[in-house]
Amino acid sequence: MAASVRDLTPSPFDAERVRRDFPILAREVNGRPLTYLDSAASAQQPRAVVRAVEDYVLHSHANVHRGVHTLSQEATAAYEGARERVRRFVNARSVREIILVRGTTEAINLVAQSYARPRLKPGDEILITALEHHANIVPWQMVCEATGCTLTVAPINRRGELELEAFAQLISARTRLVAVAHVSNALGTVLPLAPIVAAAHARGIPVLVDGAQAIPHRKIDVRALDVDFYAFSGHKLYGPTGIGVLYGREELLESMPPWQGGGDMILTVSFERTTYNALPYKFEAGTPNMSGAVGLAAAIDYLEGLGIEAVARHEHELLELASAELARIPELTIIGTAAEKGAVISFTLEGVHPHDLGTILDSEGVAVRTGHHCAMPVMDFFGVPATARASFACYNTREDVHRLVAAIHNVRKVFG
Amino acid sequence: MELKDLYRDVILDHNRAPRNFGRLDPADASAEGHNPLCGDRLTVSLRLSGDRIEDIRFEGKGCAISTASASLMSEAVKGKDRGAIGKLFDAVHNLLTRQDAVAAPELGKLAALSGVREFPSRVKCASLAWHTLNAALERGSGTVSTEAAEK
Repeated sequence: MAASVRDLTPSPFDAERVRRDFPILAREVNGRPLTYLDSAASAQQPRAVVRAVEDYVLHSHANVHRGVHTLSQEATAAYEGARERVRRFVNARSVREIILVRGTTEAINLVAQSYARPRLKPGDEILITALEHHANIVPWQMVCEATGCTLTVAPINRRGELELEAFAQLISARTRLVAVAHVSNALGTVLPLAPIVAAAHARGIPVLVDGAQAIPHRKIDVRALDVDFYAFSGHKLYGPTGIGVLYGREELLESMPPWQGGGDMILTVSFERTTYNALPYKFEAGTPNMSGAVGLAAAIDYLEGLGIEAVARHEHELLELASAELARIPELTIIGTAAEKGAVISFTLEGVHPHDLGTILDSEGVAVRTGHHCAMPVMDFFGVPATARASFACYNTREDVHRLVAAIHNVRKVFG
Repeated sequence: MELKDLYRDVILDHNRAPRNFGRLDPADASAEGHNPLCGDRLTVSLRLSGDRIEDIRFEGKGCAISTASASLMSEAVKGKDRGAIGKLFDAVHNLLTRQDAVAAPELGKLAALSGVREFPSRVKCASLAWHTLNAALERGSGTVSTEAAEK
């Protein structure tokens, strides 16, 4: 236990010890200690993840599901072991419901192309919300273009919360799919999944949840949530990039045609006829990202080792501290003030464009995201071209928040 | 990498009080510039007299670098013909992208943008106005994106 004096706060969570698992956090940026507040874009990876990947690559790598030789068997065991680890993590019934993909974006596109596109017709509707990331807008627009169906958007209020009544009223006899974020990346809003799922299921409509921003911050139980599809990415979860997960209810996945064709997703191929492999392989054409899957499993082990509830409590304390500190800066406006928020805080500073803000913070070693956060409709709704966003993870400390606030004060000095 | 090399007094001044801000109506040529990475948009409108820019306005929302760059550009190109503007464009491009570039004498106040090259993520902020002006001069109207323009 090596907590600094400042960190002797009521939280028993030892972020200083956690930080030592992430070598990148010890580096300097522009001559200052790195203050990494951009984990919502991509979280850093602990040594345990990198070592697991290294161990797989250096000692067990070969192609999976193909060879009878020892390495192929070891690689297959590692890859399928990772799938089972993911299944346990989200409490899916079966590994047949766990499709390993590149990330959240690919997972949503898979559902759009394989579930929605073949069944939707002109007049049918897909219902999303006004706070979605582009990854949960554009795939549906592509389906709408291809099928003639309509994209319907449930409104949010000025705090950035979903208007639940309006949402319920937008569910109609024509609605074929509901697709919502679990946590908004741009605003931090946590969406109330229980009433959303209840309203959709009352009409027999499946629900897809974009869980990219929720997965590192809360325990996800796909059965308790009763969702039909849940998508997330490894790299938001302290894992590698290029690996992600689509959970899908088995009956739905069974009913869907393959999305991409190739090796591994087939049983037999002749030039006349091909029969497809069973779940989950039907949706995993080509050699998969084995080392990514191994890294993802190690990241899950790591996060569960810290205790996901303890991490969430720690992050929430940082969010509350940052919200209180930033609210004291007169020219600063917090964008997204929902009653229930994830560990992100978006803001603008009067008279200073977020990009200038980002550059000046960077000169102090403070990394925040600036821009539209792949949520241009959200920016339009709040009438801003962009925001700056600080996001918190298991390795952030109160010191990070203080550095952010001090750096913002420096912005005022530069701009006079 | 020094912050005060980027945010020089000239830049801060043109950001606070942009020159030639607004829109010419009617205009002989206009174009919209868009940086999809950051969402910056700006419109350049021109009144031409033969080959010469008689008057210019720009409007839009952007960061200090893109606003100041557009403002400085509007002052620099007013009254110049296409040939002179082409040379200026090349000089600005060199200034923004070449580490060893010495500010050409014809740049005048535009030399204040030399600090931008130390901040690679901000080069497009400074070049957006110039690409938009080029689009207006070449096509008479239309939209240009930093992503398409840089390729």
